[in-house]
Amino acid sequence: MGAREIVLRLNGVERPVQVEDQALLIELVRGLGLVGTKQSCDAQVCGTCTVLLDGRPVSSCTTLAIEADGRRVETIEGVADGPALHPLQEAFIERFAFQCGYCTPGMIVSAKALLEERPEPDRDEVRRWMDGNICRCTGYETIVEAVLDAAERMRSTP
Amino acid sequence: MLRRFDVHRVTSVAEAVALRRRYGEDAAVYAGGTEILLAMKLGLARWGHLIDVKTILSLGEVSVNTDTLRIGATITHWTLERHPVVARILPALARLEANVANVRVRAAGTLAGNLAFAEPHADPPALLVALGARVLLQGSAGSRSLPVAELITGMYQTAIGPDEVIVAVDVPLPSADTRAAYVKFQILERPSVGVAAVASVREGRFVGAPAVVVGAVDEVARRVPTEALAGADPADPRTHEAVAEAARAAVDPVADLAGSADYKRHLVGVFARRALSSLAAQAF
Repeated sequence: MGAREIVLRLNGVERPVQVEDQALLIELVRGLGLVGTKQSCDAQVCGTCTVLLDGRPVSSCTTLAIEADGRRVETIEGVADGPALHPLQEAFIERFAFQCGYCTPGMIVSAKALLEERPEPDRDEVRRWMDGNICRCTGYETIVEAVLDAAERMRSTP
Repeated sequence: MLRRFDVHRVTSVAEAVALRRRYGEDAAVYAGGTEILLAMKLGLARWGHLIDVKTILSLGEVSVNTDTLRIGATITHWTLERHPVVARILPALARLEANVANVRVRAAGTLAGNLAFAEPHADPPALLVALGARVLLQGSAGSRSLPVAELITGMYQTAIGPDEVIVAVDVPLPSADTRAAYVKFQILERPSVGVAAVASVREGRFVGAPAVVVGAVDEVARRVPTEALAGADPADPRTHEAVAEAARAAVDPVADLAGSADYKRHLVGVFARRALSSLAAQAF
């Protein structure tokens, strides 16, 4: 207790790390140099710190790092396949679904979990799923459009 | 950044109970962490020991026996929202769970944890009270079952003993003619007003009186006196108006960012009427 060694699969790579019990998952991933995951509200409300834990979206600001032990953690850095952008990333760029971009990693990671569970969501499902991700610049229309567009791209290129 | 604490991963309820005895006020039971980690970050609470009950496998089950749906203490909102048995037996609960907070909170947070934290702005208590749900507790003196209505005693206050741990939430299986509804108004992460209604309806009449409970506006979920409506017609607008009026009178709303006391009292009437309309719509 106090500090322990955990092994997580971080963006597909097994990583043994030493963490204190009270360390937060966002501190762990950002400490490992993966600074795409952003902190904002620090209260599970805004979604900028979203990462996937065994495929489910969680607020890394309010998740203990030790929860990642033996599990898959996916951050925005793991979304693209090398230089090839993920369909969600392409759709967000092409549909201008961001301005400052601070919320975008959380938006994309959260949407990825949705599309893995529901490859053909309707507009209402996208809105309901994404309602916990806050954007203060651009409004949500283009974001919803981008997620729907990405779903279509993923269906046409299996 | 959190202050230092130790997490104890236990594999049995007895072990969790023993740790609660050992550390007393300095320990908290930990599952999803969506409430207590937040409270610690905000400096509202501090514990030196978290007892992680997610590693107790027996608490991670949903089961149905002859008269009860048993929801293990580490079952998340995420699981309940997708559970085929819950959707079939208690669709109102499945819908409620699908609309708790946001998807990340649902993925981590548990129903039992929601009750144990007793945050007044919560969805589950109103419906669980209306359904007559109970909580199974285990402590060093043995186990006991407490109605949810008696479990939550005030804002952030419960009747859970200093060495007790929630084992499960037990919801009585509704009869074939039981209808249940939960409707809410929400502008932020938590409900401003939630109203649950549960009733048996036979041949166009309530069997007995409907159970109507108002959540989120008051310190605890409030049961609305509805005895006068025993046998009433659930589709009659006068029934809805009588429930709305009784609901407005039954609550003592706390003013906060979601609205003034008067505004919330008004909403309680509106949403009580809608809850009854929803019951009536299901019954015919």
